[in-house]
Amino acid sequence: MLGYLTKRLIQMTIVLWVVSVIVFMMMSFTGDPVFMVVPIDATDAEIAQARRILGLDQSLLVQYVKFLTSIFEGDFGRSYVFRQPALELILQRMPATIEMVLVAMAFAVIVSIPLGVYAGAHPDSRISKTIMAGSLFGISLPGFWVGMMLIYLLAVQWGWFPSSGRGDTVEVFGLRLSLLTTDGWHHIILPAFTLSLATTAIILRITRAGMMEVGRQDYMKFARAKGVAPRDVLFRHGLKNSLIPVVTIFGLQIGDLIAFATITETIFSWPGMGKLLIDSIYRADRPVIVVYLMLVALIFVVINFLVDLLYTLIDPRITLK
Amino acid sequence: MQGFLKSEFFFNYRRSASAIIGSALMLVFAVYVAFGPWLVAQNPHDIASLELLDSFKPPAWLEGGDPRYLLGTDGQGRDMLASIVYGARISVMIGVTAMLCSCLIGTLLGLLAGFYRGVIDSFIMRVADIQLSFPSILIALFLMSAVGTGIDKVLIALTAVGWVVYARTVRGSTLSEIEKEYVQAARVAGLPDRKIILKHVLPNVLTPLIVIATIQVGTFVLIEASLSFLGVGVPITQPSLGLLVKNGFDVLFSGLWWTSAFPGLAIMMLVFGINLFGDFLRDELNPRLK
Repeated sequence: MLGYLTKRLIQMTIVLWVVSVIVFMMMSFTGDPVFMVVPIDATDAEIAQARRILGLDQSLLVQYVKFLTSIFEGDFGRSYVFRQPALELILQRMPATIEMVLVAMAFAVIVSIPLGVYAGAHPDSRISKTIMAGSLFGISLPGFWVGMMLIYLLAVQWGWFPSSGRGDTVEVFGLRLSLLTTDGWHHIILPAFTLSLATTAIILRITRAGMMEVGRQDYMKFARAKGVAPRDVLFRHGLKNSLIPVVTIFGLQIGDLIAFATITETIFSWPGMGKLLIDSIYRADRPVIVVYLMLVALIFVVINFLVDLLYTLIDPRITLK
Repeated sequence: MQGFLKSEFFFNYRRSASAIIGSALMLVFAVYVAFGPWLVAQNPHDIASLELLDSFKPPAWLEGGDPRYLLGTDGQGRDMLASIVYGARISVMIGVTAMLCSCLIGTLLGLLAGFYRGVIDSFIMRVADIQLSFPSILIALFLMSAVGTGIDKVLIALTAVGWVVYARTVRGSTLSEIEKEYVQAARVAGLPDRKIILKHVLPNVLTPLIVIATIQVGTFVLIEASLSFLGVGVPITQPSLGLLVKNGFDVLFSGLWWTSAFPGLAIMMLVFGINLFGDFLRDELNPRLK
């Protein structure tokens, strides 16, 4: 186990290092950020000075080494636009994004698992076929468009929900949370629902496939034969044994949700880190983009690791080497 | 042809409502791509043909609608239907071209990895692993933010995220194929590696790629639409369906819903059609389920 942990830790470090190189390289190709800092009528000397202050006059390798050392010192650079440490900027907006992702995940699981179990247990029934067609439909929907149509119908036309923003927040341990206020819930439902659609469809399909696979096993027949209640057969014997792929997809989906949150946040003007990323891309605010990507890479690597650990809890036959 | 009509594939196709609906939707868009400019009266990319007086007309069946513009017009007086037909051409062509590029590069890398094993294999597969732990949309978004807008750049970004799935699939099948006797026979016969790979292994690893490729076109259309919606996809001079939705978003709050509703509906029908048909293909071509 200890050997496994060390190996994984080294792997994770390598992945993060590779990401840092790629991110740094690609960012160096994007437009010249000097023009984001200097006034429009700046003289050549002023531009050169700004470039020197930002360290952009040095070779790429020197810039990269500087970048890497400052990361280890906990300094992730300052936003060109906000003149604030980029990491702080992102961390301030992170709770809003996490909240939305968690609510979307909850929506997805509540809807998809029961439907998936049903569709897997009765693959030929008409209801199952409708569920499956519906899930295919869910995958085919452009999320940003669904969000827009919901805003138009439910917010602009009928006024049931607010069209943008996060609503009232409560400060808990220094984090601003909107899930503790009714107004916050009122604001989060539309964006979280929009975000959850694709995930719902994907988890549903995986659950169904797993249930169909498990349904052929002898222990399912045996459980039925010994008189276990049908619902217990499905959920205790069936679902539990088909969870491995579901958990894998679950982990991958959290990553997807964080990624797609950039779009959903843009539509709903949700003040999260995804919207910050998109705004920073428009403004060529390089430090913020870099920190966002590094942070998200870290989150993904950790999630993948946790998913692997979860396997051993779900299925004791799996050992980590 | 006679043989195809009597095949099991065609028999199942005729009995599957989703396969028929899916292929019908795909056919509609194929017609758009092939004959688009001859189907609509207006060329929405030609500013000279636009009438500013006709701007923001609602769909024809609503009050104030103009029978010449079935789905209404946008702020420049562009017929939405014409815009959608032209936009669909761009979306479909990007999706298909990027799929072909991904398939070509991914298959080649997968063949090399599976055939030669060793360092090439571990290198390609590690890159694939790292890439797979990040969502495609984020990688594409990041690449596009670095290189700027343009159809060629969208194609590069999509190919960069799309090759992995082919490489992994082809590598897997290649590994099992090269153990088989026909490959060993070809080796004993002294054929060069290039011939063994292209003439003997390649044809035997292609079947699973058909389903992947079909569904990938749909995925690519959605990713491209999202990128264009965020303003980092196609340029405004070549608006795809996603960019049309974005343009509509800017005026949505003024109640001009048709400028975004219809292009989005078109994306949805296109991708839904592809997915329906892809699902059918998967069931047909996957021997494990039969």
